[in-house]
Amino acid sequence: MQARRLRTAVAIAAVTALAVGAAGCAESERDGDSGEAKTGGTFIFAGAGDPKNFDPIFNDDGESFRPIRQMFDTLVTHKPGTAELTGGLAESWEHDPTGKVWTFKLRQGVKFHDGTPFNAAAVCYNFDRWYNMKGAAAQANMIYYMDVFGGFAKNEAEGAGESIYDKCEAKDDNTAVLSLKKYKGAFPGAFALTSLSIASPEALKKYDADTVTQSGDSFAYSAFANEHPVGTGPFTFGGWDKAKGEITLNRNPDYWGDKAKVDKLIIKIIKDENTRKQELRAGTVQGIDFPAPADRKALADEGFQVIDRPAFNILYLGINQKNPKLKDLRVRQAIAYALNRQQLVQTKGPGGAKVADEFMPDTVLGYAPDVQKYEYNPEKAKQLLKEAGAENLTLNFYYPPDVTRPYMPNPQEIFTVLANDLQAVGIKVNGVPRPWNGGFKDDVQTFGKHDLHILGWTGDYNDPGNFVGTFFGRGKAEFGDQAMTEMFDAIGKADATVDEAGKKAAWEQVNRDIASKWLPAVPVWHAPPAIVVTKDVEGLVASPLTDERFNTVSVKQ
Amino acid sequence: MLRVIVRRLLQLVVTLIALSALIFIWLRNLPGGPVDALLGERATPETRALLTKALGYDQPILVQYGKFMQRILTGDFGNSIRTGDPVTEVIGRAFPATVELALAAMIIAVGLGVPLGYLAARWRGRFLDNLTIAGTLLGISIPIFFLGYLLKDVFTQNIHWFPPSGRVSTGIDNTNVTGFFVLDGLLTREFDAAADALWHLLLPAITLATIPLAVIVRITRASVLDVLNEDYVRTAEAKGLRHRTIRGRHILRNALLPVVTAIGLQTGALLSGAVLTEKVYNWGGLGTLITDSISGSRDYPVLQALILLAALVFVVVNLLVDLSYAFIDPRVRVR
Amino acid sequence: MSERSIGLLGERKKARLEELARASADKGGVSLVRDAARRLRRNPVAIVGAIIVGLFVLVAAFAPLIAPHDPVQRFDELTRNLTVDNIPGASSEFPLGSDPLGRDFLSRLIYGSRQTLFVGVLATLIGLAFGVVFGALAGAFGGWIDVILMRLTDVMLALPSLLLAITLVAMASKSSQWTVIFAVAIVNVPIFARLLRGSMLAQRESDHVLAARALGVKERNIVLRHMLPNSLTAVIVQATLTFAVAILDAAALSFLGLGDPDINRAEWGLMLGVDGQRYFEVRPELAYYPALAIIVVALGFTLLGEAMREAIDPKNRR
Repeated sequence: MQARRLRTAVAIAAVTALAVGAAGCAESERDGDSGEAKTGGTFIFAGAGDPKNFDPIFNDDGESFRPIRQMFDTLVTHKPGTAELTGGLAESWEHDPTGKVWTFKLRQGVKFHDGTPFNAAAVCYNFDRWYNMKGAAAQANMIYYMDVFGGFAKNEAEGAGESIYDKCEAKDDNTAVLSLKKYKGAFPGAFALTSLSIASPEALKKYDADTVTQSGDSFAYSAFANEHPVGTGPFTFGGWDKAKGEITLNRNPDYWGDKAKVDKLIIKIIKDENTRKQELRAGTVQGIDFPAPADRKALADEGFQVIDRPAFNILYLGINQKNPKLKDLRVRQAIAYALNRQQLVQTKGPGGAKVADEFMPDTVLGYAPDVQKYEYNPEKAKQLLKEAGAENLTLNFYYPPDVTRPYMPNPQEIFTVLANDLQAVGIKVNGVPRPWNGGFKDDVQTFGKHDLHILGWTGDYNDPGNFVGTFFGRGKAEFGDQAMTEMFDAIGKADATVDEAGKKAAWEQVNRDIASKWLPAVPVWHAPPAIVVTKDVEGLVASPLTDERFNTVSVKQ
Repeated sequence: MLRVIVRRLLQLVVTLIALSALIFIWLRNLPGGPVDALLGERATPETRALLTKALGYDQPILVQYGKFMQRILTGDFGNSIRTGDPVTEVIGRAFPATVELALAAMIIAVGLGVPLGYLAARWRGRFLDNLTIAGTLLGISIPIFFLGYLLKDVFTQNIHWFPPSGRVSTGIDNTNVTGFFVLDGLLTREFDAAADALWHLLLPAITLATIPLAVIVRITRASVLDVLNEDYVRTAEAKGLRHRTIRGRHILRNALLPVVTAIGLQTGALLSGAVLTEKVYNWGGLGTLITDSISGSRDYPVLQALILLAALVFVVVNLLVDLSYAFIDPRVRVR
Repeated sequence: MSERSIGLLGERKKARLEELARASADKGGVSLVRDAARRLRRNPVAIVGAIIVGLFVLVAAFAPLIAPHDPVQRFDELTRNLTVDNIPGASSEFPLGSDPLGRDFLSRLIYGSRQTLFVGVLATLIGLAFGVVFGALAGAFGGWIDVILMRLTDVMLALPSLLLAITLVAMASKSSQWTVIFAVAIVNVPIFARLLRGSMLAQRESDHVLAARALGVKERNIVLRHMLPNSLTAVIVQATLTFAVAILDAAALSFLGLGDPDINRAEWGLMLGVDGQRYFEVRPELAYYPALAIIVVALGFTLLGEAMREAIDPKNRR
């Protein structure tokens, strides 16, 4: 136990040192100021939108998770700066050979912000709370839980399956045993999901956390979710001033891990991308997330620390096989050959982006180094189209003009470039812009009205199932509802493989077959999202999962 | 008179009900919407079905509308899709912000526009006049968001005279009483907070002021010119009255009436401009609220309430204007 | 004054429109136009405005001849050094350099006049068409049709125009260039409707209409042959002013992210609102040039419109 804790500490220290070192380089032109970071002070970070609320289980988006991560811990967590797992509230974990019984050895002496002890009973209380959640409103908000566990004790919606959750038992004060009905490749990675953070049972009860009321076409959340979120994290909840758009978090002096260096963390909500950058420049915020790719260089030149996260995402061009022409593999391959992805990456990719050959980054288990690659080859594309008798192809290309995503900073431009490439090999492209929340997702993911579309994904944890499995593990309107059973079966089998070596081999084969045999979509790029802080900020460790915690951050006064 | 008011109020109720039904049904027939907005890339058919059911979208549209009206009658306008806050609270927070901005802009526009208009009229056809006219024409030809963008770039990025956005500095501990931050600072004697709020207010207000400024200058100029030609001014001049007296007693007093009317009527244009100005300066007012509730989160409950609120305000103000006309000018009969 | 309808929030707008309407109906159309034209030719403001508008229309008409390149073609010379934070600048072949996608910026600006003219003209014409129908119906028939239509226009006039446009775009189920054009157009419907109605009402009692009626000309023919043509001067004046507002509103919608989603189209508002904002850091010219173009053209139409309004204003005929 001790050994693991020590290793964790060393890892954190090493990465922190690295980050500080990098920061030091950026500062080398400054004169001999010792640069020793003092503790205390306030760190102001710009958020891009309102969080929904602060109850981890009811959230699924980055803006809500940013404050939640600072206040809560998960059983398992990622080593800072990587997607590798390490102990969180659980110092260690193991599973039996079937992969169905998971035993967590919990950290001792940890207390929730309200002073109640963290123990195995608290862990099980949380799991039981999720599994037994009642009411359509509450269940509808538990998107990650649904994704991982597949259902509730009593499902409110038809179509939801049986939950793979069986039970959770507190063997003793610091041993929790979780039993599942079925193994899933998502574990143990899923235990690191921010949404599955452990909250104080006392506070959950006291502030009526399970009550999500539906009023008209919206939800109202509990006092726990809005005013009294209580976890074990390095910061405690201070308040959310909605008129000013400020979330204040205070240092938790009793934190079990690395205590926060700053006294106060303020998340200032600034919805406009340009304004965030300008506030950073004016010195009124000390950090911003996802700078516009076009601004990165200017900011770096001005002495800000532009920190690239390792890319843990994928942008792809989806192909809908409902269109009989697109059912022909040759036509899909022609599309892949027609795209000059190298040029797209160079001209429109954020710094550090690279062409994707597979639907997951190469740091994920099961990435196959030897898949079939589709180098830009318009002649071959034309030839394949000819062979398939699809020379007069007209395709409806759906894209969302109104969003920026970490993997897709500018959909309008990406669409324009890709459409251009396709036209060049004789495919007529009919661009169909649909607002992200105003029809794009509906048309593409529910109705499958499109022929082509661009979409992507940022990984939640280090597991191929979270990438490839999510996209191609079952019939989806996005890629045509056809029963591509061969692919589904292969993925299902890979996901169910418990032993590490077998799992790796199975996923590698899946990736090879996706590239050569199935090609349900064309991977476009992996784009590293950046995070920017002023030169006075030290100790920020950027995470590929974009789940930074700010306890290691200090601000030079 | 009373009968008229009652009739107009009845008309108002009917109009609002019709409008609400129209908006309600229309919004729910649009593709995407709140279900999409609440689900990111992570939507599975199951979560989508669950959410659709939880939000009651699986029910017939008339049933949904019935429930909506029922809630409205109890004063419940629903909650924001995003945060779950009551819509009334969300709008209540944004409203003072916009009013504060619009008022400040109007003060700047009047303070600058009336003297300019007067001077232009006095020196009709001379350099100042031409400059003023050219300036106002240019003012209405510049896209206001572009102007805001330029001002912001110069005054907050190149020289740091003003803060780039927001209503107060982050982390400042001001007490919120009325929601008007400058006023709050004065009321609570937190003068530094008031100063801070004022400092944040200036640049957006100047930007927004360009819209009414052009109109106020031109109307002042035109009405001063009209008055200058009136017999009583000529008589006063002929009588050899001192110029200052003429200006105060005769010209300005008579010329300002149309200006005052124009100020009232600029409210609409000011609100249009506020949408753009607020977006440029991340000003948390109604303008930001309406664009956010449309383009980002598809926050239909908020959008719905905003449209109804706008309609209500305009109809009520309309009625008040009619009535006040009737009081001021007995020749006008209210129909 | 007895005709004064009391629903008065767009009061100033309405008052101006009615004045304009009366002005055009004051006399038989022909002599009025001749008068006005003479005054216009002597007015330097009008001349400047007319020159700007004329140049703009010429550039739009002959864009393919003037522009050095195809506005949607991506050039290898430009994409070679193009990255998100480096947009190649001027060269002999591409005088204004590249746009964010490796296309010729100058050609896009030149072709932009076409799309801008297209959006402005269509938005004006559609507004005009509906406005004419509304206004003519109300003006020609009076009675309850008049009351209903005018109530409707009152409400529309009272709403801030951009808010109305935003709401309309939000309520459109698809976003395209047409949603923008319609949103901007509909805002103009009540303005034209008011104008037409006022002008018609004023003419109803005018000498030549009375004469025609006395001669037994059918009511329909009176409306079509006598009343409508005479209202046209006022309408043209208003249309000129509307055009300026239309292109500004279209640009504002683009800025708010509610504009034309197809960035292949070279339209000034779109170029300013989308690329100009996004790449301001990298190449501010991407904002400056389209903005300058919009300002100059809007100014041109405003100058011309104001001068025309002044020219037909009976007050200036003393």
